[in-house]
Amino acid sequence: MANWGKIARRSFLIGSAAVAGGVAFGVWQYRRALPNPLQPGEGEVALNPWIIIDREGVKLVAARAEMGQGVYTTLPALLAEELDVAWEDVRVIHGPAAQAYYNAGLMSHALPSTDYDRTAWQEMMVEAMSVLPKMIGLQVTGGSTSTLDAYEKLRQAGATAREVLKQAAAARLVLPVEALSTENGRVIAPGGIELTYAELAEDAAGIDPPRRVALRPASSWKYLGRAMPRLDMVEKVTGRAEFGIDKRLPGMRFATVRMCPRLGGAMRAFDASAAVAMPGVERVIDLGTGIAVVATNTWLAMRAVEAVEIEWGPAPYPETSEALMEVIRTALEGEANSTLRDEGDVERMEIQPADRVIEAEYTVPWLAHATMEPMSAAAHFTGDRLEIWTGSQAPGFAEEAAARAVGLEPEQVSCHVTYLGGGFGRRGEYDFVVLAARVAQAMAGTPVQVTWSREEDMRHDFYRPAAAARMRGVIRNGFAHALEGRVAAPSVTRQSMARLTGSAPPGPDKGHVEGMFNQPYAIPNYRVTGHLAELSVPVGFWRSVGNSFNGFFMESFIDEMALAGGRDPLGFRLELARNENAPTAGVLEAVAEMSGWSAPRAEGTGMGVAMTHSFHTPVAVVVEVADRGGEIALTRAWIACDVGTALDPSIIEAQMVGGLVYGLSAAMMEEISFAGGEVEQWNYPDYDALRMGQMPEVEVRILETQGHIGGVGEPATPPAAPALTNAIFDLTGERIRDLPLNRRVRFVI
Amino acid sequence: MATILTVNGTEHRVDLPDDVPLLWVLRDEIGLTGTKYGCGVAACGACTVQIDGEAVRSCQVALADVWGEITTIEGLGNPQALHALQAAWVTHQVAQCGYCQSGQIMQAASLLARTPEPTDADIDAAMSGNLCRCGTYPRIRAAIHDAARALQEG
Repeated sequence: MANWGKIARRSFLIGSAAVAGGVAFGVWQYRRALPNPLQPGEGEVALNPWIIIDREGVKLVAARAEMGQGVYTTLPALLAEELDVAWEDVRVIHGPAAQAYYNAGLMSHALPSTDYDRTAWQEMMVEAMSVLPKMIGLQVTGGSTSTLDAYEKLRQAGATAREVLKQAAAARLVLPVEALSTENGRVIAPGGIELTYAELAEDAAGIDPPRRVALRPASSWKYLGRAMPRLDMVEKVTGRAEFGIDKRLPGMRFATVRMCPRLGGAMRAFDASAAVAMPGVERVIDLGTGIAVVATNTWLAMRAVEAVEIEWGPAPYPETSEALMEVIRTALEGEANSTLRDEGDVERMEIQPADRVIEAEYTVPWLAHATMEPMSAAAHFTGDRLEIWTGSQAPGFAEEAAARAVGLEPEQVSCHVTYLGGGFGRRGEYDFVVLAARVAQAMAGTPVQVTWSREEDMRHDFYRPAAAARMRGVIRNGFAHALEGRVAAPSVTRQSMARLTGSAPPGPDKGHVEGMFNQPYAIPNYRVTGHLAELSVPVGFWRSVGNSFNGFFMESFIDEMALAGGRDPLGFRLELARNENAPTAGVLEAVAEMSGWSAPRAEGTGMGVAMTHSFHTPVAVVVEVADRGGEIALTRAWIACDVGTALDPSIIEAQMVGGLVYGLSAAMMEEISFAGGEVEQWNYPDYDALRMGQMPEVEVRILETQGHIGGVGEPATPPAAPALTNAIFDLTGERIRDLPLNRRVRFVI
Repeated sequence: MATILTVNGTEHRVDLPDDVPLLWVLRDEIGLTGTKYGCGVAACGACTVQIDGEAVRSCQVALADVWGEITTIEGLGNPQALHALQAAWVTHQVAQCGYCQSGQIMQAASLLARTPEPTDADIDAAMSGNLCRCGTYPRIRAAIHDAARALQEG
């Protein structure tokens, strides 16, 4: 209790500080509170942590990982909108890992309440909580929060920089600031006088920026609200974009690793005598729980690493998928870690004779991220410095962990963030950075590129946990009268926090039950309990995290309830959402209209609907399937989302389609299984994803009715699986409650 | 024994064992990193290059077996002079993470060389060996149709 009291008091203090300093999020405060991490080079001026001006013009700092979601375009657009620079002149860099680039949006997911139903008090707490990442320098790209976090912050950064540039021009021209305007990287004065930002930058750097500048209304936006040409596109279609795996330095060596396949297990002994004699091999390094081979070429290293004889220790968890799932199912019976929704009384409510009561159990498997770029990092250790080049979603954590691993201070380590060949949560971990740092230390003075084989990557992930749910529902007169959900899985939050801080946080794990407890459905008796399964299989953040399984459990069961009550599944959801959250009802109505939901189904086709409210965005999906001679084809899909303010419709559309494909791929064919404590999948042939020929035609509608900006990178993933299984039920009458579907269904290839 | 390779019109002298896959010769020896490693077993298409105009998985072609002139993504076009496919990729804003796109474009180039006006079924057949975890398939399809039209109109 004493500890809890302390925590509560500290939370309160944090809350007060944030409320007292109501403008703690202005650029003025940033500049003073946190050191500007930019160290301008010769002839460069950094006006604030996001804007560098040199002789060639303006460089904008995105400070978030570009992993496909378009942050290198949308974040610069936020800056440029207020700064007044021409789009074709904008250059964007990631910038260093630094506290100034903390992600306040992340903590918006931390409150144990529903997102859609925020009171003023909760709004205040969300603001207050966002101080925490600032204090601990949480520069993380994740949680679909990049634009949420940047929306005000970067426009203020652009606006205040513009104002000091104008002040510098006013001083130089001896004119009132009011006489000046800005356009395309220039301050314009009466009489056709123009001064470029580059000319003014040095003077401007000496001027105290205004505390807060009124932002331009959406009606005058030039860049925001429309599809901007992505700033990374030309590089990416010409092979010039540099990913972590592409970093090349003079004298570089190429390495690969082979770690214990029983995850967390020991290495008892190894014999590298055959490997060291192989062509190109320079070094075999003992990493304690595995080895690295350094060679003159990555492939030579990969071949040699397989030639090392290694005796591995046992796995620190049950050895088979079945035994692991047994632990998870058993947890369903145990004490609840959380009861984050408990409306009405599911225990003591009266059941009437005419009520329909249904129960169902569901399971989902472990999943790998399988990013297209396998884990990789380049590193150069020179005794008192460590330079790292890699695609990281959390460069600050990566620097700290790498520093610890090689015995340096974090200030002696620099992590240069490259493009990410897919992230999906995997690159929020830093295991691959630490291994590269250790290899570089062993090769002190020589830069090393450490590339994992696809097999190593597939078999050493931080997996989306397997999970199980037991659902119970009561339908009265065709209405949802009660829903009780129990969810069991290992806790991603606790495990990742324990890796980061050494101990797991106490209290209810919201991420564990998100997508089930926090859905905008007005069900009079609605209880969700989360049950943690204690397993040490490495688990991590996988696109949409807990929503990825809870969305499937919830939206499958809502479908079952609708059908048990003799109701149309879409109309049933609409009725539950309408009085609870209008934007959710809106996305359901939109997909109904887009898909022609109420028209009779064509012969041999089926349709399914699902909706998940996650990352502050409600997303509804309808999937259409067709019977092709006993095989199932995904023919069409419709997505409607409500993002509040659509900053870039083309990028949002791409994220919605991509999120859907990621979820469909997993539902159809992805499973990580264990035997003998080892992952049984090695490469894409046994862990495949949706291919071009299987891709349905997709139509996306973006709505902007809700009052706050919503995330876009993840929320289309959770409704994908249930929309598909509900469609398969519509087509075949078979209710599939265990993923992946290819255990039971043959898909057209 | 040294091998002479012609890559994007330039000769390179390479001193590596005969069985090193072309992919790793390009990436680690010649420094052309636009060609990507994804799986090493011809299952993802990220390493696709052309040898004498034909799309091949460079992870499966041993150095000693290279039978002709190699074109990689860097040689197909460049930022100042984009190939019609690269221009269509830009128009349709295809790439997300972008890691697979070199392979997608090299595969599509080979498709259009053989089938100048591909149907959707032709595209499915030619492109299904190229994996994209970001799910850019609809835009890839649209871009291929667009590039085909642009090349036809010359």
